[in-house]
Amino acid sequence: MLRSRVCEAIGIRYPVFQGGMAWVSDGRLAAAVSNAGGLGIISAMNADENYVRDQIRLCRELTDAPFGVNIMLMSPHVEAVAKLAAEEKVPVVTTGAGLPGKYMPAWIEAGIKVVPVVPSVAIARRVERSGATAVIAEGTESGGHVGELTTMALVPQVVDAVKIPVLAAGGIADGRGMAAAFMLGAEGVQCGTRFLSAFECGIHPNYKKKVLDARDIDTQVTGRRLGHPVRALRNPFVNKFAELERDPAVSDEELSAFGTGAVRKAAVDGNLQEGSFLAGQIAALVKKEQSAKEIVEEMVAECEALLGKAGERVL
Amino acid sequence: MNQVYQKIVDIIVDAKGIDPDTIHYSSTFKDLNVDSLDIAEMAMTLEDEFGVTIDLEEGVNTIEDLVNLIVTRMKD
Repeated sequence: MLRSRVCEAIGIRYPVFQGGMAWVSDGRLAAAVSNAGGLGIISAMNADENYVRDQIRLCRELTDAPFGVNIMLMSPHVEAVAKLAAEEKVPVVTTGAGLPGKYMPAWIEAGIKVVPVVPSVAIARRVERSGATAVIAEGTESGGHVGELTTMALVPQVVDAVKIPVLAAGGIADGRGMAAAFMLGAEGVQCGTRFLSAFECGIHPNYKKKVLDARDIDTQVTGRRLGHPVRALRNPFVNKFAELERDPAVSDEELSAFGTGAVRKAAVDGNLQEGSFLAGQIAALVKKEQSAKEIVEEMVAECEALLGKAGERVL
Repeated sequence: MNQVYQKIVDIIVDAKGIDPDTIHYSSTFKDLNVDSLDIAEMAMTLEDEFGVTIDLEEGVNTIEDLVNLIVTRMKD
């Protein structure tokens, strides 16, 4: 049976996190993943503390297992949401889009396990020093906000740099990716895109269909000019954003305004023209709708089988 | 203070391969193409060098900001 320090530290059966995805990862999806033995994570995105409190309480109604809240450090409500996480004593906080150091003492004091998403070795070392339980090394293959390094390059370098457990994220959709991550030294994985097809994921059917229909070459990164590159499935919105980004007559403010609200339009409204359908490079590996339990168990079983047979390749 | 400034310039020149004459006290990291990951990396080196803890959450935009942050910490 696959076990790692991540299972021990977080108190979960399988070392599989469901990534915090804006307008996707609500209390219902998080509870389903946690009930499946992984770690479900609620996305606090840019929402205020009232929304996040409701999702935490919904999740608690649906599961007794540990779950997490992903706090986006660029959120205008970050202070209030960070305080809420400590008050609610959520089991796990993951963070993205910045350095969480200033919030970590209060979270740790509240008994919260803090697992930041890190895009580089230096940031991994910094958060380890601040008391992180583990880190998620996320490569550029992932959907949504992305860094530059690939998962294959980043994970082993972070593993070498810190003593705490490392989870790999970005480009992992099945047991093969998970087994590869373990070979790189990771002790767990975080998957986002794969869970877009979960029955318990409440996104608009158009979003699910776009993911299920995706090809290997269908994602594109835009927003580098703004310093916050984002990977999404190509559609009229992405094409237009890329065009505006190349146009020097368009200011950064205008470009940013064009993108505002696009993720909601995709996930909630299913707007195929104006929505930003965030997804990772492995979208094409997501082939059918399944329950969160089936997804977690299938990934882990495949990973265990592959790791168990790995020695056969050495003659 | 000069020693801290010079070390920062050395790190940036080394990491980015740019002409040291183009770097000034008031240079912003954005102008020098030094991003948040570079700053985090640089902070680890500077912490080891000067024996201080640099709190990047406070936000540093210019070389002067970073020099002042380190010098203040050295006095503490």
